[in-house]
Amino acid sequence: MFRKAKHIREKYLEENMWPSIFCQACGIGTVLSCALRAIDKAKLDIDQTIFVSGIGCSSRLPGYINADGLHTTHGRAITFATGIKLARPELKIIVFTGDGDLAGIGGNHFIHAARRNIDMTVICVNNYNYGMTGSQLSPTTPIGGVATTSPYGNIESPFDLSALAIGAGAPYVAKWATIYPHETMLAIKDGIDKEGFAFIEILTPCPVGYGRRNKLKQGKDYLLWFKKNSIARSRYEKLSDEEKRSCDKIVIGKLNDLEKPEFTREWSRLVDQHFVE
Amino acid sequence: MKTEMRFVAFGGQGIVLAGVMMGEAAIADGKNAVQSQSYGPESRGGAAKSEVIISNEKIDYPMVVQADCLVALSQPGYDKYADEIKPGGTIIVDQDLVDAGQPPEGCAFYSLPFARTADRLGNSIVTNVVVLGSVCSITRVVTRENLAAAVKSNVPSKFAELNLQAFSEGYRIGQEALSGKTAGNK
Amino acid sequence: MKKHRTSPTTDSRYKPARPFNADEFGRVRRILGGKVLFVQGDAAVAYGALLAGCRFFAGYPITPATETSEILSQLMPRVGGVCIQMEDEIASVGAIIGASRAGVKSMTATSGPGFSLMQENIGYAAMTETPCVIVDVQRSGPSTGQPTEGAQGDIMQAKWGSHGDYELIALSPSTVQECLDLTIEAFNLSETYGIPVILLTDGIIGHMREKVVLPEFEEIELTWRREPTKPKEEFQPFLVDSTKIPEMAIFGTGYHTYITGLTHSETGYPATDSQVDHHRLVQRLCDKIRDNRDRIVQVERDYSDGDKDTIGIVSYGVTSRSVNSAVKMLRQDGLKIDHLRLVTNWPFPEKEVAELSERANRIVVPELNLGQVYHGVREAVAGRSEVIPLWKTGGEMHVPHDIVELVKGGVK
Repeated sequence: MFRKAKHIREKYLEENMWPSIFCQACGIGTVLSCALRAIDKAKLDIDQTIFVSGIGCSSRLPGYINADGLHTTHGRAITFATGIKLARPELKIIVFTGDGDLAGIGGNHFIHAARRNIDMTVICVNNYNYGMTGSQLSPTTPIGGVATTSPYGNIESPFDLSALAIGAGAPYVAKWATIYPHETMLAIKDGIDKEGFAFIEILTPCPVGYGRRNKLKQGKDYLLWFKKNSIARSRYEKLSDEEKRSCDKIVIGKLNDLEKPEFTREWSRLVDQHFVE
Repeated sequence: MKTEMRFVAFGGQGIVLAGVMMGEAAIADGKNAVQSQSYGPESRGGAAKSEVIISNEKIDYPMVVQADCLVALSQPGYDKYADEIKPGGTIIVDQDLVDAGQPPEGCAFYSLPFARTADRLGNSIVTNVVVLGSVCSITRVVTRENLAAAVKSNVPSKFAELNLQAFSEGYRIGQEALSGKTAGNK
Repeated sequence: MKKHRTSPTTDSRYKPARPFNADEFGRVRRILGGKVLFVQGDAAVAYGALLAGCRFFAGYPITPATETSEILSQLMPRVGGVCIQMEDEIASVGAIIGASRAGVKSMTATSGPGFSLMQENIGYAAMTETPCVIVDVQRSGPSTGQPTEGAQGDIMQAKWGSHGDYELIALSPSTVQECLDLTIEAFNLSETYGIPVILLTDGIIGHMREKVVLPEFEEIELTWRREPTKPKEEFQPFLVDSTKIPEMAIFGTGYHTYITGLTHSETGYPATDSQVDHHRLVQRLCDKIRDNRDRIVQVERDYSDGDKDTIGIVSYGVTSRSVNSAVKMLRQDGLKIDHLRLVTNWPFPEKEVAELSERANRIVVPELNLGQVYHGVREAVAGRSEVIPLWKTGGEMHVPHDIVELVKGGVK
């Protein structure tokens, strides 16, 4: 296990960037670790893998990886990723994003990329708030959640990002939490292997930002909260219809896995029909 | 030698394309040409205008200041632009679509059966090409060969024959009008 | 269990990043048909892009720029490139920057409302020194304004539209032929200097049809970004030589470059808390254009005999066409007229306008807005000549007679 960690560190991490900018007990490091192990397991050629991100804590991740990285504008990562992928379809694209970046300012790009089904793996660090700017209300903050811009408790319904992705047509969707690193890693690997738009939502602790305002000050508070408030999809499926209706837990696991025509494959078909020699 | 032409009609009557074909023919003749258009937000039914300037020289200001030739397929278009014709200019209208009243003095005026001819050929869609045939024989701004070629290259190939027939008919109608057989102020 | 994955393009003609050469150019020429065409300005832009080697276009429908998208959606598959309709103009610029970093010349086209949305990522392209071409077919604003009418209201926005300090290049074609020629030039400049280049056409020229003569491969020069000359271990993406223009490693070539819109050091990594790094970076972003302004700036002079007591006219874009007609009329009346046409709007041809002010007592500036280039002219003239604006909005060009009247009206 330790040898594995060393292998991952030496192979993939950018040595000049440490220590990281992340707060103590932040879950983003776990996300990075899961992603790199998944990349290793999927045997991606790191020279042919491009990491793209927007703005926010999670979007700083490409900087810690020794590979090509594009740290773009807020919410727009997927649009840049679209350009890279369509210009060089042989490249693999990994997008790191967060709940605010992806579903707030970037919501429109998110649903359209899912609809188009362009081959890329979008890893969303969902920590329920805008961490980098100091814990403001995000599109996923639960009702009642206290953020610096919802000091009396949030009254807006949050987005279920995975449901949004499925609704928009993403063929692969999984939701996990950092307390399940192995499953998270496997889900990312599945997403990488999927030819199409793969979305992996990872519930992630932000104790210094969201946590301390919402009785989740320690990493272990999150651990207990996630355990208490989530249910594996396999267990959820076994519930009766009535039980499902009254179940207010977060369903985690692989939530969607379909075969759909992928954009660059369809475009290559179209080109081969119309190309002028 | 510079000729400024203005086509006015309702949207959907094909006058933008007519202007384009005139311009293409002029280019093929080795001249310069500019074509521009204006129409309402709707692509069918509103007022449409297509302007073409054809010249042996470089064309600077690309809009029509005073038309040498006005072709009107709609009453509002005619009413708006007839008085702006250059002295000695040419006005060509469809006899069923435009009631010219008293045409401006000093201009050559032709009221011809474009829509009727297109209907007779079996498809009102070629009205604009009948018009082009007549404009070609009356004004001689572009050569018949190159205008016919422009017509052919701008219509779907299965309609090429119909359009070339419409062009020839229009050309003949124009020629006859020019020789005084059917034209004239009413 | 795991499916065997192949790139969809391994055996396909879909290869936007293939090298551009005489064969590729010849393919475009064959697709476009004749040598002499009668086409709209929007079409000429599309053709110019293909002839320059552009193989990626992303856009969003907007009048009066849509024709460029329509034409490229038809032609890009035929040359093995990509044309994609994005969800908005922000996404369009994001996509062309991504494509450019992956080694494909890329372009988008829009009009005022879309150009406003694009400013965010235009700033990103400037900051990350990514070549790309943005066509703004100007229409009357502000806001939705007059969608089908032409205007010249985005001149200032083209330069100052994104926040912070940066330089870029903007060009104004005045004929349909120039729409094609300057699109090729825009790609060359963006590749040479590593910047977004803005082509400022307008609704009049975009929809106007004129004669266009397509160039031969030997007649044009095409440039390409400088790729790394150093081995991977030594390469720093923003380390520059005396040209102040960095070499650009293309994604997927193993250079592992990190590109960010944050203030960064030569390594490409963030250096946001260093005043020194920030100043050095933005100063260089400006200097790489300012130092080369003599190479970049293009004007066309149509000056009268003699070298003083003339009347100057400074024009650009479609308005130059009205001025050309007016100049002929004024000279017939015996007036000494100097016409300076700005092909380059940015960097502003300050030196050229200043030289004109040494000859001209008065300088008339006709433009289809309520005062944009007028300000640049006044700054360059610095009081040496009287600067007289001739502003017009509403969608129609200046009638030459209006310019003649204004010029004559001032002659005592």
